[in-house]
Amino acid sequence: MSTNISPGDTRPATEKTGNGLLNWVDERFPLTKLLEEHVTKYYAPKNFNVWYVFGVLAMVTLVIQIVTGIFLTMNYKPDGELAFSSVEYIMRDVNFGWLIRYMHSTGASAFFVVVYLHMFRALLYGSYKKPRELLWVFGMLIYVALMAEAFMGYLLPWGQMSYWGAQVIISLFGAIPFGIGDAVTLWLKGDYIISDATLNRFFALHVIAVPLVLLGLVVGHIMALHEVGSNNPDGIEIKKNKNAAGIPKDGIPFHPYYTVKDLVAIVIFLIVFFAVVFFAPEMGGYFLEHANFIPADPLKTPEHIAPVWYFTPFYAILRAVPDKLGGVVAMGGAIVVLFFLPWLDRSPIRSIRYRAPWYRIMLFVFAANFIMLGYLGVQVATPLYTWMSRLGTLIYFAYFPLLFVLSRNEKGKPLPERVTYHGSAEPEPDDVDVAGAAAR
Amino acid sequence: MSFRPYRSERGPVGVRQATRRSSRVKTLGRRSAGQDARLLVGALVGAAVLALSLASFGTADAAGAGVALEEPRIDQGNEKSLQRGAAHFVNNCMGCHSAGYNRYSRVAADLGLSEEDVERNLIFTTDADGEPTKVGALMTNNMTREYGQQAFGVKPPDLSLTARSRGTDWIYSFLNTFYLDPDRQTGVNNLVYPGTAMPHVLWNYQGFQVLEDGESEAEGEAHGAPQLVLADAGSLSAEEYDDMTADITNFMAYMADPIKETRHRIGWLVMLFLLGLLVVAYFLKKEYWKNVV
Repeated sequence: MSTNISPGDTRPATEKTGNGLLNWVDERFPLTKLLEEHVTKYYAPKNFNVWYVFGVLAMVTLVIQIVTGIFLTMNYKPDGELAFSSVEYIMRDVNFGWLIRYMHSTGASAFFVVVYLHMFRALLYGSYKKPRELLWVFGMLIYVALMAEAFMGYLLPWGQMSYWGAQVIISLFGAIPFGIGDAVTLWLKGDYIISDATLNRFFALHVIAVPLVLLGLVVGHIMALHEVGSNNPDGIEIKKNKNAAGIPKDGIPFHPYYTVKDLVAIVIFLIVFFAVVFFAPEMGGYFLEHANFIPADPLKTPEHIAPVWYFTPFYAILRAVPDKLGGVVAMGGAIVVLFFLPWLDRSPIRSIRYRAPWYRIMLFVFAANFIMLGYLGVQVATPLYTWMSRLGTLIYFAYFPLLFVLSRNEKGKPLPERVTYHGSAEPEPDDVDVAGAAAR
Repeated sequence: MSFRPYRSERGPVGVRQATRRSSRVKTLGRRSAGQDARLLVGALVGAAVLALSLASFGTADAAGAGVALEEPRIDQGNEKSLQRGAAHFVNNCMGCHSAGYNRYSRVAADLGLSEEDVERNLIFTTDADGEPTKVGALMTNNMTREYGQQAFGVKPPDLSLTARSRGTDWIYSFLNTFYLDPDRQTGVNNLVYPGTAMPHVLWNYQGFQVLEDGESEAEGEAHGAPQLVLADAGSLSAEEYDDMTADITNFMAYMADPIKETRHRIGWLVMLFLLGLLVVAYFLKKEYWKNVV
């Protein structure tokens, strides 16, 4: 490796006479322009920490899901009679079918792990605040689409938990009053019970409709991000401090700096991911539930129906409310309220590093409470657990009005002028930073 | 849907106490890479602790029985045990139960047997034309739903995946806890699966047990705990019978997840490759980032 590192090719496109083919393409399609805008001249803050890897990991997971999903559809049969055995056929008779299937089933859980951590990062560093409100809204839409995708995908193996889990979730719509609920559930199922018709439409939605929506939203999310620029752990705008060439002094080109850094994160992620795939694909019954190794049987309800772990915080909220309609409203509200976070948090301070102590406490209580709700959601409801769920639901919903009121006049720590990097508080001289070098 | 207690209120009933794996939780050392990194590590450790505790609950949940289950000492790498289990399975189980997601030829390959061996010794079923089942065929039988319902009230379930849906401890304990019960049509009942439709198929190996109140002879047990006592000896000793049911359980665990051994072997290679890649990626990053100040 040469020690002379060029942080991206910074010559204007017109100077590039060396590559005839590239020129030919550039005159017809903005290839170089796109690459520069989004990769080689996208200036990201240099002080990203480990919390900033989960966005790219979500992209990796999305690719894993799409690629493995394509191969699964080649042998899967969306048919009430054949679905369960076609999955076992994939697991046993298709070459490396077991690997593809386990990657897809583990990928679903991995997707939610990285997305939850990615969202928590936004809460830690105020990444949803002005001017990044739409970025957050796009992210929330992705999250909702992802939940729909996961829910419909879980029906496809056509095991007992697939069947009865879907039964529970779809019946929630039945809580809507004035006869609308029953009509909606009938419309969703395409039958009076969950049946072959339901399986077929869920398959169509899972492999075509929702993935298309997801991909569109991901593009929107990234375009919004590149329009406003990335936030960073200090929560201060790097665009406020630009050099003569108009490049942020604390910014470094995404490629090569963050591509090589993200590569490390991706490899670490893959180690964890494949450790699960190869050594614990069932994850103790939490990634693949035990009852899902029994074919769906409409006449036999399993003793304990629990949704997959990533839905359980909301499932706990649903069960905490004694009234069915109330529970459904609370569960839906728990997701909807997150959309409004950018406007509920009125503090101008973004990063938790400089926010008032009460915010730190509140955020950690909120996060711990969310994990507790997740735990309660998989457990059989005992009186104690039900009361804990009620307390948890209360804490969950109390967070937002409290934040709205308290963040009005927040007394935080003074913000730094420049981002902190390598722990050195003093600003670096301009002539040694990468952005400056890149400009020359 | 109702609450399913893992242990019955009566306590363990004569079955040897389950040696349940305690959830071992590794605590990671704290890193000194700044507050935020510590935060993440903390979150991940927290999540890991939660996941592990959930996982340990999960295995208990899978049991789904009112009695403490006993974990058989089985090893899916033990070819001899699997071969014995396969022989017991086709001789004693497959008359009624299918294992329809498995193929005889795959069993032959995985268990170190030749296809001729399997054809000669393990295939007792016939296909729809009455010909002996081909070695490449699925391990099905001719038990129809109607016949099953007439004979047992329910079609005997396919056993390919039982080890994954019920757990190996469930199968092993189920096979070991049949006892005489004159109230049942089959003359026997089961501690793990009370009211089971299955007769005590292995009676001539184990003999028959009876359920005693245990007040008189239970020494190590709590007072009043019912106990299974052998009333009529079979052809095998208690230890030999345990070994037999452990072998059957082992074979059923293999059938539920036939790729497991291969998966683990490939898994280590993948881990090795990724660790190598991690080293390269790490130094690549270091090289690029050394002039970022």
